[in-house]
Amino acid sequence: MIPVLRHLGTLIGLVVIVLFFAVQLPDTFLTARNLINISQQIAMLAVVAFTMTVVMVMNDFDLSVGSTASLAGIVAAVLFAMGVPIWVGIGAALAAGVLGGLINGALVAFLGILPFVATLGTLTIFSGLAFFISGGETIFGRDIPKPFAEFARSGVPLDGVGVEGAQLPYLTIVAIVTLALVWVTLEHTVFGRKLYAIGGNIEAARLAGIDVARARLAAFAITGFGAAVAGLMYASRVASANPTQGAGLMLDAIAAVFLGMTMGKQGEPRVLATLVGVLILGILDNGLTQMQVDSYVREMLVGSIVIAAVAISSLGRRT
Amino acid sequence: MPDIIKFSGLTKSYGAACVLDDASLLLVGGRVHALMGENGAGKSTLIKMIAGALRPDQMTARKNGQDLALRSQADAMAAGFRFIHQEMNIVPQLSVAENILLGQPTPTRWGGLVDWPEMARRAANALHQLGAPALNMRRAAGSLSPVERMLVKLAAAFVGHEGAQAPCLYVLDEPTAALSQTEAEALFAVIARLKSQGAAILYVSHRLNEVMQICDDVTVLRNGRVVMTAPLANTSKDDIILAMTGRAVADAFPPRPKPVVWDFGDDVICSAQYVATKSLSGLNFTLRAGEILGIGGLAGAGQTALLRLFLGLEPPYKGMAKLMRSTVPQSPSAAWARGVAYIPQERRTEGLMMAMGTRPNAMLPHHKGVFARLRNERAQTADLTARLGITGAGPEQPVWQLSGGNQQKVIFARALAQPPRLLLLDDPTRGVDVGAKYEIYNLIRELSAKGCAILLASSDLPELLGLSDRILVLQSGRQTGIFKTEGLEPSDLLRTFYAAQPATKSLISETI
Repeated sequence: MIPVLRHLGTLIGLVVIVLFFAVQLPDTFLTARNLINISQQIAMLAVVAFTMTVVMVMNDFDLSVGSTASLAGIVAAVLFAMGVPIWVGIGAALAAGVLGGLINGALVAFLGILPFVATLGTLTIFSGLAFFISGGETIFGRDIPKPFAEFARSGVPLDGVGVEGAQLPYLTIVAIVTLALVWVTLEHTVFGRKLYAIGGNIEAARLAGIDVARARLAAFAITGFGAAVAGLMYASRVASANPTQGAGLMLDAIAAVFLGMTMGKQGEPRVLATLVGVLILGILDNGLTQMQVDSYVREMLVGSIVIAAVAISSLGRRT
Repeated sequence: MPDIIKFSGLTKSYGAACVLDDASLLLVGGRVHALMGENGAGKSTLIKMIAGALRPDQMTARKNGQDLALRSQADAMAAGFRFIHQEMNIVPQLSVAENILLGQPTPTRWGGLVDWPEMARRAANALHQLGAPALNMRRAAGSLSPVERMLVKLAAAFVGHEGAQAPCLYVLDEPTAALSQTEAEALFAVIARLKSQGAAILYVSHRLNEVMQICDDVTVLRNGRVVMTAPLANTSKDDIILAMTGRAVADAFPPRPKPVVWDFGDDVICSAQYVATKSLSGLNFTLRAGEILGIGGLAGAGQTALLRLFLGLEPPYKGMAKLMRSTVPQSPSAAWARGVAYIPQERRTEGLMMAMGTRPNAMLPHHKGVFARLRNERAQTADLTARLGITGAGPEQPVWQLSGGNQQKVIFARALAQPPRLLLLDDPTRGVDVGAKYEIYNLIRELSAKGCAILLASSDLPELLGLSDRILVLQSGRQTGIFKTEGLEPSDLLRTFYAAQPATKSLISETI
């Protein structure tokens, strides 16, 4: 029983949560429209959590993803306001994310600063930079090009597969593509093997000829890139950008990875397990909102669930 | 009347391997007793047993004719035994006084606040009674020198614990390993003081000179048995070395395949000419394909640093160090890419990803291209597992579940997955049982027969002699000689470790 709980407790938790809402909200919860809605709501968190998994595989963290996301949104919006083509704005925002990740990676890999400290520092720097560039204002309205704002509201029509009038949102598709890319990277590339080895024993990996510094640098760049993608998705969804809008992503993303880690054989992060974590957080959010539960209560509940999941898995590990 | 503490019938075996076989030890108050033996002779097992930290198969302990039960560390403490271990586990953030009185009830004043002056007084008093130099009681213990830390530990042991008997036996395990000569003298003064107060002292050390200087009696262990126990006055350095090394060592090693070729070709794999690094100096040697060059010396003489010279972790700042006609690599990843394989000393901290299986551990340095090829990895792992005789493990079973010998073979599998040109071995059979040892020796022979050059550092003297073609001797990081192994006696070799002069004249010495 205990071993089952250890590996599958979190998955069972997800099923229980889905069943609970299906019973409580029989008319609205398990409908195609709501499920599509959920997938769109969690898309940004999903992208950040998937790419966060890449650094957490090495036992590292990136606390700066929230401000990187905000910064990316601001960079794109400011450039849009200056009238540059959409692809230039998007490219610059993504470049900012990668650059931010490279800075984090360099601090951690070459200067040997603890990831917690390094990314706590860059969190504030990137956040300040976003305010600085935007002048502290929200950029919206005519400054945001129509096609950019349309992107988050459109999708691939699902008429063909029997769901009349609904569409699979592009945001959901971006999240699925990210999942696929991260999964291939972590599970099927040489780079992924190296990341898991570094997470297993960083000194042994170095002595066995792994270029640890380069791998860490690349991993942080991926996480920064993911944060920038999420920032753009967010900006598109609300058709505006302000310097704090990504702030909530970081804690939820780390929580999702931790929830997933409870399912790893040796407690290691796996991106498919992170997906389960993202689904738990997203579905709770959606269901509790529909049940009109106060958002503060929601926060307390989410925190308790993360602690309970990790506690169960560590209790199981001790036996 | 001095205390007489007698241990007898000490026996401990793990499965078929008997690490301690009916050993006995007689300690007398006011005398310093040396316990000597090579690595794996059973010294640490013996100490753990009398400390109550390891359950013996058999042991009788008597103090002044009274039976002692040593079932736990608390029992040993209550009997008045104190242990000062090699790793000096002080708490670096706390003050000297707090470290000395750690484990004591803290003196208080003003209804519960710490009485700092009283603490400082008690701690200073403990140091004073030891005859140790005074220390600033408020200094953080982390800023102390190694010998000062040792004195703090001794003082803490001396103060003892509430309710425990006054200390009657101090066990010091390699206390001078991290100390310089003058620092060691300060420690010896304290030992003399303890001795004069009537305590018995068990002194474990590899350093023969020290033992001759400060000890009264000596017991030598070899392969778990007591082979010698005598007052030092009735014996000599040479007797002790002979007792430690024994004679019949050659048989345990697979011979070089015949015909024995002492003349290695011109295929120079690595070389050093007058090389110096941060911790090494005077390196001068050439290693050719198929040759095994042993690195000998006392513990910590620079063996690991010499191996790491060719792993890119010990940059030379003087002289010419070469790997396959080019300069030495700058990093471990460059070294592995050029055909160097490394087997580190500490397999848990430096070698293995303990939570991962044999496959990821063994395949790690050998991935090529972008995408991993799982089928290929599995086939190769199965192949290596069979070839090395790794037992009891699926390829994905976490290696922490394997025995020490099998874990070591997993590290060998990593080195062998692609035949290396240069193999760096750092104590390759440390903590490995006898059977696995022999298999590992066979592997080393096999590799060298295929033309792999091998640098072998080992703290195990018979191993060094049994495998190497030549042995390079280091003293405090300095190369003091290279000797052909053929006809070399263990006692001769050990003497070169201690020798004050670079090379003993009677031995064939060569520079390159």
